Amino acid sequence: MNREKVIFAFFIVLALTLNFGFFLGEIENLAHHNVFEFFAAIVVSMICTVLKFGDRTHIGALMLATSLVADLQLVVAAMIWGYGAQISVDGVTPEMISSVVSLSGGALLANVVSVILLMVETIVVRR
Amino acid sequence: MNDIFYLLLRRLRQPLIILIVIYSVSTVGFVIIPGQDDQGNVWHMDFFHAVYFVSFMGSTIGFGEIPYAFTAAQRVWTLVSIYGTVISWLYSIGSLLALFQEPVFGRMLRRRSFVNEVSNFNEPFYLVCGYGITGSAIIKKLSERGIRAVVIDIDQERIDRLEMDDLLTRVPGLCADASLPEALDDAGLQHASCVGVLALTNNDNVNLSISIASKLLAPQRVVVSRTESEVNARNLSSFGTDHIVDPFRAYAEYLSLAAHSPYMHLVYDWLINPDHRPLSSAYKKTSGLWIICGLGRFGKALYYEFAKHDVELVLLDDDERQLKNYKNTVVGLGTEAATLEIAGVRDAVGIIAGTDNDADNLSIIMTAHELNPKLVTVVRQNLNTNTLVYKNSNADFIMESGRIIANRILAKLKTPLLPMFIEQMQQQDDVWAHTLLNRMSNIADDRELDSWSITVNEAETPAIIAVSAESTPVKLSVLMKDPRHRKDQLRCFPLMLRRNGDLKLLPGELTVLEEGDQILFCGLADASDQMSWSINNYNILFYLQTGEEPSHNLLAKLLKRV
Repeated sequence: MNREKVIFAFFIVLALTLNFGFFLGEIENLAHHNVFEFFAAIVVSMICTVLKFGDRTHIGALMLATSLVADLQLVVAAMIWGYGAQISVDGVTPEMISSVVSLSGGALLANVVSVILLMVETIVVRR
Repeated sequence: MNDIFYLLLRRLRQPLIILIVIYSVSTVGFVIIPGQDDQGNVWHMDFFHAVYFVSFMGSTIGFGEIPYAFTAAQRVWTLVSIYGTVISWLYSIGSLLALFQEPVFGRMLRRRSFVNEVSNFNEPFYLVCGYGITGSAIIKKLSERGIRAVVIDIDQERIDRLEMDDLLTRVPGLCADASLPEALDDAGLQHASCVGVLALTNNDNVNLSISIASKLLAPQRVVVSRTESEVNARNLSSFGTDHIVDPFRAYAEYLSLAAHSPYMHLVYDWLINPDHRPLSSAYKKTSGLWIICGLGRFGKALYYEFAKHDVELVLLDDDERQLKNYKNTVVGLGTEAATLEIAGVRDAVGIIAGTDNDADNLSIIMTAHELNPKLVTVVRQNLNTNTLVYKNSNADFIMESGRIIANRILAKLKTPLLPMFIEQMQQQDDVWAHTLLNRMSNIADDRELDSWSITVNEAETPAIIAVSAESTPVKLSVLMKDPRHRKDQLRCFPLMLRRNGDLKLLPGELTVLEEGDQILFCGLADASDQMSWSINNYNILFYLQTGEEPSHNLLAKLLKRV
């Protein structure tokens, strides 16, 4: 058992599960989407990105790319949410929360691809 | 670029993760810990404000406790997270700086920029391996002639010296082992513009592997290699190394020429040596008995060359075994008067101090000079640091291998016709050489005698082709006129004409030029510059030929007709 692989897989899967947990629920209902879960999703996604740095293989490059996509989606979602909560006069409207959740849905897809790549890599290396 | 980028990312992985974790923990802490607003109500900081506060706290900017004054619990958490964030920042920046200062990283960056620079070359260049005495002399000459070069040396100090040396063109240098094909490849061995590889390191084995690598990777490339042993020279020539220069052999040939035909020797010296010997040196008596002290590699090469011309020789060496198979030998170093007396120094015409010890060599020629002041003295210099002493030793010839190799190689690089001429001229007699030397002395005096060649064809000499196509044929004498004033002569003259494979030494000035002719000139470097005007510019050649400026406009043509 390789400790490094465990940590790597742990974070990648955690990014997916957190993201999924946040995404779950009615799209316009703020009560179904926890802000702490969202924050954790962003942080874990960033850690995943850094973990994928410096891998020179083709699959490593693909994983880094999916991670960057997830980061981008989540950061944009966070900006929208922040805008709604702090700057907008109307507060967080249902439109805003639905776009935040749909963006996180995009990030979820990227995370799914990332996990699939992880599985492909594991299956290819039969050890 | 990729190497450096990946190295950077890999090294920064840990500091970045620590930074992210500490920031997120601090942020979550501020969101969870309850605070108080200005009315004393319980208030929870939201994520936006928490990130904002942690950001300016972490970078030690510190805008204060916002939006409301903190409670004691919040202050405790601030205290903890201040140390956490500051330490993680110091750690990240510290690892980044450490990475930049690592010698490996610097070497990678330097190599990267070197490879980029070389691959962007779009003019012909030479790849020079070894920047010692020979290498630096060659690089200096090449850059004076505007020819680009790339240097590889195993010693970083020499590469630093390359940067400091006052060269006219920029010469990129790489500190690497030239015997590794990878380093040669980085230095442009397979680059389309690389015209030749010069293996000039002081290690025969390295030179050998450079030559082999070059011949394998780029078979068409010219390879010049230096070597100091017979076995290696044979090995090099077995796989087609283009020029092999053995400093001992080269100098032995040069000296033996001085011993049997002094004028021929001077012509040779003027052609290949930038600071040539004065004309007066030819009047010294050089035929007679020669004494060779030290029968090492140099002594043996000398013996071999001198014996070819039946020069009377006495050989000295302090090792009896070395002298076993030779005649006329004396055991001894030659540093004491007694040994030299036995060798017959009073009747000799020349003495060669060729041991591998500089102090011994100087001692030999000083003792010999005292015993016989008329002696021609030749001294071998082994260490470059002794140049000052050698300069003041009053020896007639100083044999310094680095310069010899440099001159030899430069003569070959200047123009392939020059070695051909030197080979041809040695079949002439000394009287012929004397006449030639007088002509050379008339134009060059004590300045450097340069040599260059031109080929009559559309690409190199468009003017000659154009003028001879429409008016009278161009004679050789026209090229030697000064393009600024046709009554003046340029300070140069033709040495050799090559036409359809036939070589003609010292061609007459009335020779009519034909397409495909190759002409070797010698003269001042300035004359070469002027000549390139007349061979390239139609108007100038027309003026030299006829004395008139060519006029192509309608008015001039009409006026001419009237």
